[in-house]
Amino acid sequence: MTPSDRDATGLLTQSESTRADDFVQLVSPTGERRANAEFDPWITDVDPAALGRLYRDMAIVRRIDTEATALQRQGELGLWPPLAGQEAAQIGSGRALRDDDFIFSSYREHALAWCRGVEPAELLSVWRGSAASGWNPFEHGMAVPQIIIGAQALHATGYAMGAAWEGTDTAAIAYFGDGATSEGDVNEALVFAASFDAPVVFFCQNNQWAISEPVGLQSKQHLARRADGFGMPGVRVDGNDVLAVLAATRIALDRARRGAGPTFVEAVTYRMGPHTTADDPKRYRTDDELVEWGGRDPLARVLALLDASGVDIEGLQRDVTAEADRAAAELRAAVTTIADPAPLTVFDNVYAEPNSHLERQREHYTRYLAMFDTSSAEGSDAAASAPAEGDAR
Amino acid sequence: MTTLTLAKALNAGLRRALADDEKVVLMGEDIGTLGGVFRVTDGLKAEFGAKRVVDTPLSEAGIVGTAVGLAYRGFRPVVEIQFDGFIYPGFDQIVAQVAKLHYRSRGNVRMPITIRVPFGGGIGAAEHHSESPEAYFAHTAGLRVVACSNPADAYVMVRQAIASDDPVLFFEPKRRYHVKGEVDETASLADARPMGVATTVATGTHVTLVTYGALVQTARDAAVAAAEDGISIEVIDLRSLAPVDYATIEASVRRTGHLVVTHEAGQQGGVGAELAASITERCFEFLEAAPVRVTGHDIPYPPAKLERHHLPDLDRILDGVDRVLGRPNSLSGVEA
Ligand SMILES: Cc1ncc(C[n+]2csc(CCOP(=O)(O)OP(=O)(O)O)c2C)c(N)n1
Ligand SMILES: [Mg+2]
Repeated sequence: MTPSDRDATGLLTQSESTRADDFVQLVSPTGERRANAEFDPWITDVDPAALGRLYRDMAIVRRIDTEATALQRQGELGLWPPLAGQEAAQIGSGRALRDDDFIFSSYREHALAWCRGVEPAELLSVWRGSAASGWNPFEHGMAVPQIIIGAQALHATGYAMGAAWEGTDTAAIAYFGDGATSEGDVNEALVFAASFDAPVVFFCQNNQWAISEPVGLQSKQHLARRADGFGMPGVRVDGNDVLAVLAATRIALDRARRGAGPTFVEAVTYRMGPHTTADDPKRYRTDDELVEWGGRDPLARVLALLDASGVDIEGLQRDVTAEADRAAAELRAAVTTIADPAPLTVFDNVYAEPNSHLERQREHYTRYLAMFDTSSAEGSDAAASAPAEGDAR
Repeated sequence: MTTLTLAKALNAGLRRALADDEKVVLMGEDIGTLGGVFRVTDGLKAEFGAKRVVDTPLSEAGIVGTAVGLAYRGFRPVVEIQFDGFIYPGFDQIVAQVAKLHYRSRGNVRMPITIRVPFGGGIGAAEHHSESPEAYFAHTAGLRVVACSNPADAYVMVRQAIASDDPVLFFEPKRRYHVKGEVDETASLADARPMGVATTVATGTHVTLVTYGALVQTARDAAVAAAEDGISIEVIDLRSLAPVDYATIEASVRRTGHLVVTHEAGQQGGVGAELAASITERCFEFLEAAPVRVTGHDIPYPPAKLERHHLPDLDRILDGVDRVLGRPNSLSGVEA
């Protein structure tokens, strides 16, 4: 079935809702630089070397993403939500941030974790099912990734309110998808942010799909246009154009730091892979669509632009590929270093303070495990090493 | 009789409900074209159209809230919550609206809404995908709460839930979706066991073991294992968590004198707490020991690699049986 069968219910077809001619684009899919009086001043510092670094980031996160997908297929990870196709949206915005800005992401923003120096093992442990989450949010300025769709938009808003109330010019950025814009939390966040002039950037990656649902089901108009009704600027950029994304995010951050309030950025992009490794996109979208978006690749256009600027792109590609391969190898090596959690850690961190009720449960379960064998209470494999049920009793 | 998986039995039940009553509409995220992430609604949109099997925008409050409006208009919405952990954005609409509107309208407005929720763990999933939120709803006046455990019940109970004029939280044991069983697709609802009645799935004389959902199979396995030790366990599949069929449990406990309740949800304020208290009130003089609960710990659902240390399994259930019987090598003496 194709998205066009939604005509019957009066919803926009996908192609209508994603016309590529009404967003800000600084680099065309074929690598032509498009002048833009409003956006260009924000990226004057991006010389070929800087553009090369953005390319490097995108190539490395793409490689990490591919490797993680492979690790899932090989059983090393339980699940992986690929970012493929969204490299420019994530790197362009991530590299616009200052170190003290705080990121509230969904589950797909692995490139933001890359920008923030998250270690491979910290990135993978949660997807391996070994830990409740990977990194310490305060070490990387990046919150625990959010699976509950849209919830983080409110958290980013509150963080930004706090930063402003403390008199700092730190900003927060919330990452969420097109589907998330239908959740109450996102809409409530927009209201709060506008009311309090919160220094927050709402960064919506419109990757055209929320699992099997096309963006036309979530909105009858461009998502960025909703911002107006909430009382904040909305900007729609080519999310596959790293320069446009960088400029748009810088503009939004500047506005936030000046105390002028929030901005809604809609980065129009595409999820080239499945929703997660558990998804089968063939059930709801066509290969034509993939081919079409494949022609708008975020990396290819940067390479073309660099080429036109006289950069030795073969040399660049060689270096970057080597570096990306190293990153992938590190990722693969890191998986094996992730220890299985010890059984009794299930009781850890439920409360910040001692809790008598849980202490009793922990004690009870400790004795229970001890019935099986002496090593099981510390070991990570109690149930596996437990004797057959008859012996245990 | 046809052999169907639990997921396919639900699919067949939903198909039948859609065919029998044009006021039945299915709503949810990814339930149409995709057929649901568990494929429970597979093929139904193609068969009944996009106005009967509705892919909704991504909002649980939106789904449940518009179901309320549809119910006002005379529809019988069947809502799918994609995973247990995603029901909370719709919580307000469920407990403050769906549950209370019959009461608030002095009986004038009915809310024949079925809210289907794949629940429970054991599938190695990411966070928020393995929860057991049933007690919140069992605690809420105005809601019926049921859980199916096998394909035959799934087929009948989902239709009963849809036919009910009261709102029903319908919990589906997601780790048993692929379990196969015989389903009688010709049976009429009139002859079927009402969904409010529990089923004794194994008879026994020493201990009454009550559970629901995915753990019914585990409890049956425990009964078989215990039999080798000469312990006779009666297993009751609760099916309805609110209201509870106390008649069936009481009759059993009067014979066995021992009650064990097991569920994946945490212990504190859980369904087991209610059962233990109520059975103690009703059968105090028949009980030979305090009821025992074998439950998940009172913790957020842990990462996949730890879930077997959270979920009650055969050994933990048998340990509970040992405790209630005061058998050596059990943890009797330790209060849970
Ligand atoms: C509250 C809630 N409801 C449903 C889900 C299940 N779910 C996970 S991802 C997803 C689609 C999200 O789409 P979008 O916001 O566009 O983000 P994308 O996955 O495309 O990055 C859904 C429905 C969830 N995680 N949380
Ligand atoms: Mg999306």
